[in-house]
Amino acid sequence: MNMIQSLNSALDIMLDRDPDVIIFGEDVGYFGGVFRTTDGLQSKHGDHRVFDTPLSEGGIAATAFGMGLNGLRPIVEIQFADYIFPAYDQIVNEMAKIRHRSGGEFWSPVTLRTPAGGGIRGGHHHSQSPESQFTHTPGLKVVYCSTPYNAKGLLISSVESNDPVIFFEPKRCYRGPFYGDPHKVPTWADHPEAEVPEGEYRIPLGQARMALEGSECTVISWGAMVHVCEQAIKDSGFSCDLIDLQTLVPWDKETVVGSIEKTGRCVIVHEAPKTSGFGAEMSASIQERCFYHLESPIVRVTGWDTPFPHTTEWDYMPGPTRIAAAIAQTQED
Amino acid sequence: MAADGSKGSIRVPDAPFRPGEEASFDSWPWKPGDFSMPDPKTCEFKDTTELANGLVRVLDDDGLASGEWDPGLSSEELRNGLEHMVRLRIFDDRMMKMQRTGLLSFYMRSLGEEAVAIAQTMALQDQDWIFPTYRQPGAQFVRGRDMVSMICHCIGNEEDNIKGRQMPVHYSYREGRFISVSSPVGTQFSQAVGVALASSYKGLDEVTITWIGDGASAEGDYHYALNFASVFNAPVILNVVNNQWAISTHANFATGIGDFASRGLPYGLPSIRVDGNDFLALYSVTKWARERAASGAGATHIEVLTYRTGAHSSSDDPSRYRPGDEHTKWPGGDPVVRLKEHLINIGEWSEESHSGLEEKIDSEVVEAYKEAVKFGDLANGPYPSADTIFTEVYEEVPWHLQEQHDEMMGG
Repeated sequence: MNMIQSLNSALDIMLDRDPDVIIFGEDVGYFGGVFRTTDGLQSKHGDHRVFDTPLSEGGIAATAFGMGLNGLRPIVEIQFADYIFPAYDQIVNEMAKIRHRSGGEFWSPVTLRTPAGGGIRGGHHHSQSPESQFTHTPGLKVVYCSTPYNAKGLLISSVESNDPVIFFEPKRCYRGPFYGDPHKVPTWADHPEAEVPEGEYRIPLGQARMALEGSECTVISWGAMVHVCEQAIKDSGFSCDLIDLQTLVPWDKETVVGSIEKTGRCVIVHEAPKTSGFGAEMSASIQERCFYHLESPIVRVTGWDTPFPHTTEWDYMPGPTRIAAAIAQTQED
Repeated sequence: MAADGSKGSIRVPDAPFRPGEEASFDSWPWKPGDFSMPDPKTCEFKDTTELANGLVRVLDDDGLASGEWDPGLSSEELRNGLEHMVRLRIFDDRMMKMQRTGLLSFYMRSLGEEAVAIAQTMALQDQDWIFPTYRQPGAQFVRGRDMVSMICHCIGNEEDNIKGRQMPVHYSYREGRFISVSSPVGTQFSQAVGVALASSYKGLDEVTITWIGDGASAEGDYHYALNFASVFNAPVILNVVNNQWAISTHANFATGIGDFASRGLPYGLPSIRVDGNDFLALYSVTKWARERAASGAGATHIEVLTYRTGAHSSSDDPSRYRPGDEHTKWPGGDPVVRLKEHLINIGEWSEESHSGLEEKIDSEVVEAYKEAVKFGDLANGPYPSADTIFTEVYEEVPWHLQEQHDEMMGG
C-alpha cells in the first residue's frame, strides 16, 4: 500500500468498527478528498457518516468538537495544514482544554488529519509544517506519520484516543518516500514500510520508531524528513541511529535518551522554521537529560526562518547534503 | 488626503447615550397580539420576516397576557419561574457582595436578564443540551443544581467540581446537561451545532440550545453556527442575547444594521425577535423553536432583546461609559417585576407572598454560603490539591506531566 491507501484502510476499519466514528471536511465526501485519502468511503459507509462541509475550517473544528462532546468520535480533515489557523481557537482554547477546564465532566475525542510539509511545489500556503504551533498547547497530542505502515497504525491509535489528536501527514510521501532529490520520484513499491496488513493494528502514541541503527550519531526527525535523513546518513558514511519520532507530544523519552547515551552525538532535522521549532524543544530536553553523555554540540538542520518558497523550495527544505554535513560536524570533536 | 485635498475619515459609530446625557428610548410600537404564530413544523424563513423585524410580546405594559404567543402556563409554573428568577437575583446579589469584600476573585451577574436562561430552559425537555455563556447560569437552577456546589465553584475551593481551574461563573454541570462555560465568547455557538448534529446522527429526541451576546455575534463562530445549522438542518436553538452592551462597546459596533434577528434570514433560518424581559414570550418562542427542532424542521435564530442592567462583571464600572440610570428607561422594564405583577394581576400572587419568597431565598443563600465555605474560602482555602493541575489535561497523565508534577511536589 502507499500512504493514501493505508490511511484510507485505517479510516475504513474505524468506520466499520465504531458506529460513533464520523468523517467530514472539505471535499472528503463524494469526491474522496483532494489527495484521495477518503476515496470510496462515502459510497461504502453512507453520506451520513462521510460527508463534505462548507469551506470553513473554524466551523469544521467547532462542529467536530460539539459532536465529540455528545458522544461521537469525529475524524475531520483540514485540507492543508496551512489552512488550520481559522480553527486555531477551537483547537487550542476549546478541544485541548475542555477535559481539564470542566473537571473531567466533558471531553471531545476529535482527530484532525491534515496534510503538511513541502516538496510538491505548493508555495508558502500549501507547504508549511506547523507542528510546533500545536506542541506548545497542553491537552493536545501531536502525531506525524512518515510511512504507509506507521500512518495506518498511528491513525487507528489516534482515533481510539479519548484525547484530541492533530495528525500530520507528510503530503510529499503520500505516493512514495522522498530522499531529498526532487528529480527522483520513487514509489512505495518494494519499500519494506509499505507492507501494510489489510486488517487492524496499532502503533501506540508516544512510541518512536528506530528507522536505522548505528553507533556514531543519533539523528532525530519526523515526517518526510525521516527519508531524507536516511539518504543523508548513507551519504555521510557514518553509522547512525535514525529515530522517527512519530508522536511529538508526548515524545518517546526512553528511545531518545537511550540512543544519545549510546552515541553521544545528535542531529535534529525538521522542515519547519528553526526558531521555536520542535527541534528546539528536543535539543533543550536532550541537553537537560543527557549533557554528560554528549561528546559534541547538538546540531539542528531545519527550514529557514522565512516563508516557505515556491520554485526555490529545494533550497529551503533540509536536503541530504546539509544533513550529512551536520552529521560530520558532530564527529569533529 | 483625498483628491480634493480634504482629510479622510472613518465613520465610527457611538452609543446612543453617554455619561452625562439623558437616556430616552422610543417606546416600542409592538404590542402583544401583533403577531400570529406560524406552524413550527412547516414554517420557512420567509414566513418569519415580520417576526424578525418585529417583537414578540405576551405581557403588556399593565402586566396582562394576550395573543397567540401566550403559552398558557399554569399559575404553578409561573410561580416556579418567578421563584427561579428571584433566586438568581438574590444569589447574584450575595455573590457580588462576596466579591466586593474579597471573598470571590471575580463575579458576573445576570441582573436584568434573569428571564433569559430560566424561561428558555423551562421551555425545554430534560434531555436537551444547554450550551451557555457566563450570562445563563440561571439554567442550572431550573435543572436542579445544588446552590452549595455553585458557590464552591465560584470560590474555587476543594469542593469545586472543576477543581479551581476556571474563574467564577464558568460553571460545568454535566448532570444537568449544562456544558462547561468558556471565556472566549462565541465559541460555544458553533460547537452547539455539533452537539445538535450528534443528536441527529444518533436519532435521539434531543435539542441543543445556545446563546451568544450581541458583541460576540461579530465573531466568526456566529457565522459558522448559522451556516452549519442551515446547511445540515441542525436541531439547535440559536439565541443572540442583545443586551445592548459588550463591556463598554455598544451593540452599534457589532452590526451596521442595528438589528440582530433578521441576520438569520439570509441563512435560511426562521428568525424571531422576542422581548427578553417578558418571561411568557421567551418561554413561548423557545417552546416553538424546540418543537420545530424536534420535528426535524431545523434550527431557529432568535434575538433576545434585553438590557444589561448590571456591569459586565465585577471588573468594570458602567458609569464610565453609559448613563447610570439608562436601565430605568429601558422599554422592556424589569423581568422579575413584570412576571410578579402579572401573577398579582391574575390573583395568584401578592406583595406579601413576594416578600416572603425573597426572605426565604435570602436565608437559603446565606445558609448555602455558610455550608460552602466549610469546604474552603478564597483567602485561606483549602483549595483543590495542587496535583490537580496535572490531572485531566489528558485522559491519562503522560510522562512529561508526571515529571513536572514530581518536580512541583519536590519529588
